[in-house]
Amino acid sequence: MHDAAIHDDSKSQYFWVWGALLVLTAIEVVLGYKQVFEPIRMLQVLLILSIIKSALIIGYFMHLKFEKALMRWMLVISVTACFIIMYFFFFPDAGRVLPPPNGVGLQ
Amino acid sequence: MADAALQHNAVEHSLPGEYEAPLFGAYSKKVGMWLFLASDSLTFGALLFAFSYNRIYTAWPTPFHVASITNATIMTACLLSSSLTMVMAVFAAQRSDRTWTRYWLLATMAFGTAFIVLHGMEWTKLIGEGLTIPGFPRPATAATGELADVSKNVPQFPATFFGLTAMHMLHVTIGVIYLGVVAFRKWFLPVIAVLWIGGYFLIPSDNIFHYGIHALGLALLVSAVILFLKPKDYDAQDVEVSGLYWHFVDLVWMFIFPLVYLMSTKIT
Repeated sequence: MHDAAIHDDSKSQYFWVWGALLVLTAIEVVLGYKQVFEPIRMLQVLLILSIIKSALIIGYFMHLKFEKALMRWMLVISVTACFIIMYFFFFPDAGRVLPPPNGVGLQ
Repeated sequence: MADAALQHNAVEHSLPGEYEAPLFGAYSKKVGMWLFLASDSLTFGALLFAFSYNRIYTAWPTPFHVASITNATIMTACLLSSSLTMVMAVFAAQRSDRTWTRYWLLATMAFGTAFIVLHGMEWTKLIGEGLTIPGFPRPATAATGELADVSKNVPQFPATFFGLTAMHMLHVTIGVIYLGVVAFRKWFLPVIAVLWIGGYFLIPSDNIFHYGIHALGLALLVSAVILFLKPKDYDAQDVEVSGLYWHFVDLVWMFIFPLVYLMSTKIT
């Protein structure tokens, strides 16, 4: 059972996390719609913001921050490793089969 | 035989705390849900990689006007707010407050339903403008719509867009039903039935959701089998485990929203 006694007195932190997530979303919308950066840089910035948001959701809303260290690290490392493997398998192959048309990347 | 009986008795009468502690320090249902979510994240990861693969190596369309971005932003706010109400439901369940657990679960379901309805309206609008894939019912406006050329020239866009967002919409729908079953148990079954049958007759036949609504029929069957074969009163652990699933659909949208919508805004 999750340890309710530890967290029940700190409900306000969840409201702060919710507020932070809404603010980060608003920043993403402004950056995206105003086309503040060129596409590759935009992708990098949006992905970094998304990773921060997902860390807040996993850590606080899903309570992983409060789980045992073994569970925390096992889940994070295994999923991250799978994504890294996917990246190294998919994208070099994508480049080999379908080269970017005359260097045109993100449109 | 005597040894077996002795061992059996030894297990049965062992003192509390004599067993080995769980490896992850959590109950099995929670570990099971985390493992499912880890595997499901790879499903979405593969779909997002497929989207990005096509996005990088294709002259990608940017069809989302301010109305679509506004709609998707409201949908994001709905999901984020639903996660907060879900946390409140878990707290209420942990202090055995059944009334407030139901209220907070109901609020979470309301936000989730708002997300599905807004997403359905967005899909209907895009399909009406001509963004379709083979097999979709097409309204009369689709052939001459603004996005008809996109579907013809860059079929990867509607294929990856609908594939990714449909998978997510299905997860949100399953999440709303899951929370409904946890909150209301067998009394939620008639609600699913009414939504399924009502939706089928009310949604026009040239709309994709006229057929998509049958997912509710399947959900009704699965929920009924679970509830009748194993009727139980769902406790705080069940609410927490359902919460993990719900936060996961929120988490996935945090990647879909910027990658699919914000990276494809209409350049003016």
